[in-house]
Amino acid sequence: MSGADSGASTGRIEHYVSKDPFEPHSIERLTPEQERFYRASQWKIMWWKFRRHKIAVISAWILAAFYASIFFSEFLAPYDLHTRDARHIYAPPQQVQLFHEGKFVGPFVYGYSMQLNLQTMKREFKPDESRVQPLRFFCSGDEYEFWGMVKGSFHFVCPAEGGTFFLFGTDRLGRDVLSRIIYGTRISLTVGLLGIAVSFLIGIVLGGISGYYGGWIDNVIQRFIEMVRSFPELPLWMALSAALPVTWSPVWVYFGITIILGLLDWPGLARAVRSKLLALREEDFAQAAVLMGASPGRVIGRHLLPSFTSHLIASLTLSVPSMILGETALSFLGLGLRPPVTSWGVLLNEAQNINVVALYPWLMLPVLPVFIIVLAFNFFGDGLRDAADPYK
Amino acid sequence: MLAYTLRRLLIMIPTLLVISFVTFTIIKLPPGDFLSNQIAELQSQGDKAALERVEFMRKQFGLDRPFIEQYATWVGIWPGPRGFSGLLQGDWGWSFEHDLPVSDVIGDRMLLSFILNFTVILFTWAVAFPIGVYAATHQYSWGDHGLTLFGYVGLATPNFLFALVLMYFANVQFGLSIGGIMDPEYLDQPWSWAKFGSVLSHLWIPVIVIGTSGTAGMIRRLRANLLDELQKQYVVTARAKGMPATRLLLKYPLRMSLNPFIADIGNLLPSVISGSAIVAVVLSLQTSGPMLLEALRSQDQYLAGSFLMFLALLTVIGMFISDLLLAALDPRIRLTGGAAK
Repeated sequence: MSGADSGASTGRIEHYVSKDPFEPHSIERLTPEQERFYRASQWKIMWWKFRRHKIAVISAWILAAFYASIFFSEFLAPYDLHTRDARHIYAPPQQVQLFHEGKFVGPFVYGYSMQLNLQTMKREFKPDESRVQPLRFFCSGDEYEFWGMVKGSFHFVCPAEGGTFFLFGTDRLGRDVLSRIIYGTRISLTVGLLGIAVSFLIGIVLGGISGYYGGWIDNVIQRFIEMVRSFPELPLWMALSAALPVTWSPVWVYFGITIILGLLDWPGLARAVRSKLLALREEDFAQAAVLMGASPGRVIGRHLLPSFTSHLIASLTLSVPSMILGETALSFLGLGLRPPVTSWGVLLNEAQNINVVALYPWLMLPVLPVFIIVLAFNFFGDGLRDAADPYK
Repeated sequence: MLAYTLRRLLIMIPTLLVISFVTFTIIKLPPGDFLSNQIAELQSQGDKAALERVEFMRKQFGLDRPFIEQYATWVGIWPGPRGFSGLLQGDWGWSFEHDLPVSDVIGDRMLLSFILNFTVILFTWAVAFPIGVYAATHQYSWGDHGLTLFGYVGLATPNFLFALVLMYFANVQFGLSIGGIMDPEYLDQPWSWAKFGSVLSHLWIPVIVIGTSGTAGMIRRLRANLLDELQKQYVVTARAKGMPATRLLLKYPLRMSLNPFIADIGNLLPSVISGSAIVAVVLSLQTSGPMLLEALRSQDQYLAGSFLMFLALLTVIGMFISDLLLAALDPRIRLTGGAAK
């Protein structure tokens, strides 16, 4: 190639033999970029592909933030879960301001001025422009027991001395809605995870057996799956949680509910596992493993499952939100968790009638985190699922 | 095809049997029953005559029998105190709370439930279809992202709250009173056109509320299917040969990706029925939801059981139809099932 121009001036191309040693792979040599790609592990490629899905990455951060907040709920919430302020019942949200009469004060809220409206017999709160209450940060406020063990009173943000800070307003007992939402995160987010664990276990085992053995076992399990799937979820959840004994402590009810949520969720997963296994077990590598005498458990666990774990994870992420919504719905109906256990659904239970929508719309604010989390889980799961098949 | 239909029909029988058993077990899980609760209450009041009457009813409805016998009587495969009289014989049982046969209590409600769920599915299709096709043909465009987001928003809003807010706005903005599924004066009236119209005018809120939660999934599946199909070689070939884009889309890929619509009746029905149960509670619709909730709470066992059975029956039949349609539409779907191994 390099000596081709020597005969060009004469118009005839000379016979030319390169003196370089012959290297058969020279044309197929990969650029460093390609090499990096071809040598990367499956998970690495998945990560690259996932990173490209911007919304999924943002969702992942949001989820991480919410889950991280579970560990410091007491610190993040400005008030304690049960603090009641009898003077501020159904107080509307206070807005955080920065400037007072044109001067920069830093973050502060205006205090309330309260009047009793004698016609409607309603307390009416208005921001009182003369009462500037600067917020305090990293301060000591309500006492709490960190995770029920260590006493503390250190908060991220507290109201001014003698002032109030109800960013999301208060409920019928004068409790701060924002603080309760922050505490509720702990319960609401873990309900889904525990439920998923239950459904994952059942789904993998049954789907695995069904897909690997096929034949009549498959048939029986498939019929069983069809039966479970043909139950309308919510009515059955309702029936099951109505069956939870009233004498159970709230913590037991919590575990009961998570298991109930998981009990009906697995068929989708089992089906996915089965269909993947049905396809994969015909592949050469699976046949080879069988011929070499691997036990069914080993073939499934070692050779077949790893090739679609990523799919499983993706479909799991997609079923967390339905559990969170399920818990919310049950608690809303009063069949789910009960106070003092506080979840978003329990909080929404207060917003059950149309009066609330009309008079105290801020009591519906707990729907905001539900909304954000469900969306984030969906986008995150979508991104994962797209990335799960990196060679596509 | 006939053999398949028969087989599918036969399978429904054990399915329904198992469902009925599970349902009954769950309902009987809490200790005591409606009448024993009532007895405890009457005892504390010291009302002798009423006590005897309730004891008599307990006997008559076989509530003092063991669990299995109660179940078998309820289904109708075992003679109860009044001979063979159970679901199989068309006797839905007795509602203790309403002091009426269950069929009298819920007859109209079942029909309304059916109408509501059917409309919701039609609505879901009507919304999901154009959105799904658009999203797939314009992948990663702003339209795709926007419409997908719209679907997700529907998915992420808890149904009950959406129902409340929508009800409030319909009331404030349009002055509609939309609690219930028809105007109160038509309740317990025989069906007429006026009643039908009233139902229609009340139906849209629950339909939108329940429908929005199902559309997202449907859009996602349709989009994914259509995208898969669009990447296949026959599409590339057709495009290379210069086939107009619209015709190409309509000719094969769209037909192929229609499968999820049919198959989804099976997926959709349980979720629609679930959704309608809770939305019905919030909007106090005269469908199954609120009454089921009440029956579950008060352990009115035959009422709750019959409700759950009816909902399950609706789902099972829906799935049966969707399977049949699917098999008829797509010859690739193996009717025999099960790999030879």
